[in-house]
Amino acid sequence: MQQVISLLLENKPGALMRVTGLLSQRGYNIESLTVGRTIDPTLSRMTITVDVDPNVRPQVIKQMNKLINVLQATDVTGGPAVNRELVLVRIRVTQQNRTSVLKEAEIFQARVVDSTTEGFALEATGDSEKLDEFIDVLTTYGDIEVTRSGIVSMPLDNRKLRLSPPLPLGAAEETLELQQTE
Amino acid sequence: MSSNLLSGAKILLDCLVRENVDIIFGYPGGVTIPLYDALYDHQIRHILVRHEQNAAFEAQGYARATGRTGVCCATSGPGATNLVTGLVDAMMDSIPIVAITGQVSSKLMGTDAFQEADTFGITRSATKHNFLVKNTADLPQAVHEAFYVASSGRPGPVLVDITKDAFQGQSHYAPVSEIHLPGYKVFREGHNGQIRRAAQMMWEAERPYIYAGGGTVLGNASEELRALVETLDAPAVCTLMALGALPADHPNFISMPGMHGSYASNMGMYHADLLIALGTRFDDRVTGRLAAFAPHAKIIHVDIDPAEISKNRVADLPIVGDVKRVIPKLIGELKELAPAMKSKRAAARQAWWKQVREWKAEHPLVAEKSDTEIKPQHLMAEIDRLSGGRAIVTSDVGQHQMWSAQLIRFNEPRLWINSGGLGSMGFGLPAAIGAQMARPDKLVFSIVGDGGFQMSIPELATIVNHALPIKIIIMNNGYLGMVRQWQQLFYNNRLCEVTLSGFPDAEKLAAAYGFKGSTVDKVNELSAALETAVAEPGPYLLNVKVSPHENVYPMVPAGGAINEMVLRAPQPVEA
Repeated sequence: MQQVISLLLENKPGALMRVTGLLSQRGYNIESLTVGRTIDPTLSRMTITVDVDPNVRPQVIKQMNKLINVLQATDVTGGPAVNRELVLVRIRVTQQNRTSVLKEAEIFQARVVDSTTEGFALEATGDSEKLDEFIDVLTTYGDIEVTRSGIVSMPLDNRKLRLSPPLPLGAAEETLELQQTE
Repeated sequence: MSSNLLSGAKILLDCLVRENVDIIFGYPGGVTIPLYDALYDHQIRHILVRHEQNAAFEAQGYARATGRTGVCCATSGPGATNLVTGLVDAMMDSIPIVAITGQVSSKLMGTDAFQEADTFGITRSATKHNFLVKNTADLPQAVHEAFYVASSGRPGPVLVDITKDAFQGQSHYAPVSEIHLPGYKVFREGHNGQIRRAAQMMWEAERPYIYAGGGTVLGNASEELRALVETLDAPAVCTLMALGALPADHPNFISMPGMHGSYASNMGMYHADLLIALGTRFDDRVTGRLAAFAPHAKIIHVDIDPAEISKNRVADLPIVGDVKRVIPKLIGELKELAPAMKSKRAAARQAWWKQVREWKAEHPLVAEKSDTEIKPQHLMAEIDRLSGGRAIVTSDVGQHQMWSAQLIRFNEPRLWINSGGLGSMGFGLPAAIGAQMARPDKLVFSIVGDGGFQMSIPELATIVNHALPIKIIIMNNGYLGMVRQWQQLFYNNRLCEVTLSGFPDAEKLAAAYGFKGSTVDKVNELSAALETAVAEPGPYLLNVKVSPHENVYPMVPAGGAINEMVLRAPQPVEA
């Protein structure tokens, strides 16, 4: 089953490697992964789609939250969230089916981003199922090439972001003293 | 201002001093020469190991014996890759160590330079967290964060990879005053409502059973554990990682559970109606077949790592927190509820204790002995006699480890030091070096098999250099015993590549390194040989030739339920 995870993480070298490494290490299959900056340039927002057994979903989130560069991992599967994907399609058309293809594009609210005598490049956004259908329809007109972005997700509930406050260096030493006592 | 300008190497050492580091276990190499140049006249003591893997194991021995963060150091490339086993080992057993590795100059990184390896990438999954430092100015923050991450929460190994130019560069050193890791959360206190509910469940249970794990040792919660055991008056088992957390001589202590656990330990787990799991992770070596594990029990699970809760076995009542903080609160609640609830299940509790004692009496863990040969169990019983539950004992992995765990008593935490989760051969001897360095007052036995010992021989030089009075006891059966045991039991006795011939003469080997050693193969000479080893003021290498064909029992076959133990080897049928 597909699980969609929204991650807020520090934009540090190696942060992406930690996330993907953890997923493969624990045997979770990545279906898609997108990452980009947030309005705070030190943070990135990542949306990951993984294929896991539903029972394992909380474990995936807990493991993500253990990563020190991850500020928050949220399971947005089926939750209040907007999930969107973008697809770019290149399609060859003939003089005869040119208008039909444009008609289909219009139905799916796709935009023409390139047009030549040979064919079109189309851009469509929506949820993944809608894009699946769009691609299915276009394949009936001939060979196509597809690039999909993977899901980007925006959680809609007000989840409080809990961050650890700065600690004076002594705080760590206090723990140490505790450990030193026999 | 210029007086304040320091090299990265010097800054690193000053940061280590601020973290109370007194010993580094390491091995120099090309890119760490600047660091060793700074060490030349520095107060921190450096122990020169003979292989980087042992540096990590020695740092672990130091950490396991004291609870303080151990430090190891290696150069780039092969030095760093040699550390990896030790890091993963520390990861599996949650041991706080910080590894410092050199890296080629930042300008050379990515060019396949001499002795370059992607240490940062390679150790991603081998550490709790790792850092790559390319600028001298970034060093203090990374080092202090590394120590904080290693020692806090669920402890673990942290690696700091430092480029040669970061060691050499000069920077104004402003000591770090605070650590800010916004995404790193440590849960210590436990949820009060959950703690109260847990206390209620404990009084309501008819057959409560305490299952203490390594977290009780790592969290220095032995006293707390003991108080809980006594308040509730429940039987308690300690896992392989927790032996000593509750004194072995405590009347409520049953034994170790799991694949080679005692009959009573496992039967108790199976029949309990409440399992109180403290700082433990329901490892497969403890649970056996998970579906058949503790089928009648509700589970209270206290752990500092939220990801351990319900990972293997669903917890009916989870408490995320530090055992050292949570247990006293639990005891408080138990005492508050006691007047109303304590007597409710008293009769059932008595019957439960009676049952557990019967199991214990039925199949106790007793060392088998023979008149004609030294049984390995006999060896462990003799070491137990000399230790009296007070010596530090380190081991590798395999048969000798299991017999040690079964038959040697540990009456204090941090005495029993072994490679549990990863099961690394070659761990015991270097771990003993780290432990003896940290605890010069303690008698240290390093019990190793003849296989694991041969992975550690280079480190005999380190022992001699520092005149460490470690008693190396080789349980020599001429086999990779545990692999042979499995080949016998599960692979139709097709013994393949498990015979270890060509073992050196122990006395000559020790003498070659400049210390004493001997071999004992007669059962009536065993006690005296061990006593000689212990009486020797310096190190001693005792090669004990034990009966070669002994196997470890009880045993839960892999994938079996823990109540379905094989209690002893199949006996030959008399004709």
